[in-house]
Amino acid sequence: MGRRTLAAYAAVYMAFLYAPIALLPIFAFNDSTVIAFPLDGATTRWFAALTAEPELRGALVNSLLVAAASSALATLLGICAARASTRHAFRGQRAIMGGIMLPLVLPEIIVAVALLVAFIQLGLGIGLWAVVAGHVLICTPFAIAILSGAFGALDPAMEEAAQDLGAGRWEAFRTVTLPLVMPAVISAALISFIISLDEFIIAFFLTGAEPTLPVYIWSQFRFPAKVPVVMALGTILVGASVVLLIVAEVFRRRGLSRSGRRDAGGFL
Amino acid sequence: MSGPIVEMTGGEKWYGDYHALRGIDLSIREGEFFSLLGPSGCGKTTLLRTIAGFEALSEGSLRIGGQDMARVPPNRRPTNMVFQSYAIFPHLSVAQNVAYGLRARKDVDARARGAMVDEALDMVGLGGFGDRAAHALSGGQRQRVALARALILHPKVLLLDEPLSALDRKMRETMQGELRRLQRQVGITFVLVTHDQEEALIMSDRVAVMFEGAIAQLAPPQALYARPATRAVADFIGVMTFLPAEARGSRVEIAGLGACEVAPAQMPAGAPAGAAEAGLRPEALTMLTGPAPEGVRVAEGTVGDRAYYGDMTYYMVDLPGAPDRLTVSMKNIPGRDVIEVGAPARVGWDPRAVLVFPAEAAGLKRPAG
Repeated sequence: MGRRTLAAYAAVYMAFLYAPIALLPIFAFNDSTVIAFPLDGATTRWFAALTAEPELRGALVNSLLVAAASSALATLLGICAARASTRHAFRGQRAIMGGIMLPLVLPEIIVAVALLVAFIQLGLGIGLWAVVAGHVLICTPFAIAILSGAFGALDPAMEEAAQDLGAGRWEAFRTVTLPLVMPAVISAALISFIISLDEFIIAFFLTGAEPTLPVYIWSQFRFPAKVPVVMALGTILVGASVVLLIVAEVFRRRGLSRSGRRDAGGFL
Repeated sequence: MSGPIVEMTGGEKWYGDYHALRGIDLSIREGEFFSLLGPSGCGKTTLLRTIAGFEALSEGSLRIGGQDMARVPPNRRPTNMVFQSYAIFPHLSVAQNVAYGLRARKDVDARARGAMVDEALDMVGLGGFGDRAAHALSGGQRQRVALARALILHPKVLLLDEPLSALDRKMRETMQGELRRLQRQVGITFVLVTHDQEEALIMSDRVAVMFEGAIAQLAPPQALYARPATRAVADFIGVMTFLPAEARGSRVEIAGLGACEVAPAQMPAGAPAGAAEAGLRPEALTMLTGPAPEGVRVAEGTVGDRAYYGDMTYYMVDLPGAPDRLTVSMKNIPGRDVIEVGAPARVGWDPRAVLVFPAEAAGLKRPAG
């Protein structure tokens, strides 16, 4: 294939990925309730309308709480699993790590239905905590993927050297290992936060009477008059996601350069 | 030098079915420069890590400074280690790296700490480097930081795991001299792991040669070179040509050289009966141009190949009746010409310089004729 054909292919590919998303801000600033071309002049009133939606504020708070809790738990579990799998060899290691990573490829709707049935059968009911449980399940594999790279690239002699110089096991981890993997920890936490914030299916099944932001957006879509408001909200969310993703990647790369290592993967 | 500082008796280490250390009996004296020498996989690093506390013995005991180390973790042992990768903490400055081990010392205040760090950095020739970022250092500088970081704690034993293997030749030679100087200066026991026999000979007071998890010989460098205990040690230390031989009492018939009488001291592994191997060092042989000196025998052959080293030339000489070429080294002194490949060679050999070992069972070529 020629260079020109490949360039055209890349352009079409990028258009397919991002053209629909580009429509969000276009209609968010369009002065009409009808989502169609031609456009009817610019306005910011849909953004202003956002502030007048008390349910929206509640959903946003719910989502931030769920994302913060899921991100913290998934990152903590990820640190433990990544350290265990890179530092130690244990019985059933491959099977266990494979099992932890499986939610990456499981259909989310299956996970959601299974969790719903399980929580109801156990008499636990559902609610925001159940959404957190589901999100930890799907975020942990991402956290492990990011953290394993950092732990794996770390010279095992680092922690040994700290112990050799008089530090106990925990102190060696805290003063040497943790600072060296901290950029990856921050990166894993941010990625988990974004995944949880955007997630719809699990939240839809398990959230009960307190909707998260994606569930709220879906519910608003039934009212045609609300569609431009949703577009405005979507625009803000896309912007926030991009910013978080860039920050996460900056931290991941800083971690690599801090210890003078070569880049080997990551999500960006 | 005084009493033992590190004592291991009956040391055994198993990794599953793999026998990493076999019956290690070791006594390292206070203040000596001790080396563990052997090919990769011989267990020398495992032994060092056992002393440091990163590996536990499966059987046997280890005492450091008279104290049993069985349940003492690495951070409470009176040892410090210079790692092969140096393990300099990249997120800390040079001074913070060197001061890391002092954090547990409550008796040292900030000012004393700073003075100790400066002193340690001066000692390794890195005075004024304290504020540098650790990840911006060269290999040789990292090594010096690792040394300062360990020595600042005044350990009873300093453990060095192949510390020079990552350096280029010139830097390695400089550091060999510096390590030796430092060791004399601080008077701390150094235990060096190396696979480089030359390095072990240059630096050590005593060397333990290890093969397959066991110590084959423990001796000062001169004894190791002149009286290797086994054929394997003789082969590993320096260069030695082995020729098949037949021993009967003190009389040894060597393939390609002929028969001679040897003293008991020339048979360090015991007097073999029957199949044997005769070992000759290159410097114990000469390329004769005139008559042979008193006591020196002559073997006629041809130069099969040669290697020119500048100060020395090594000749590989084909002898009729010898299955392997004999390696002869000659100093390149002014007025002495290098002998061409294919030229006839008269090799002078002294029966008093021959070492005789029992033939190792497998694959031995019998003397011809």
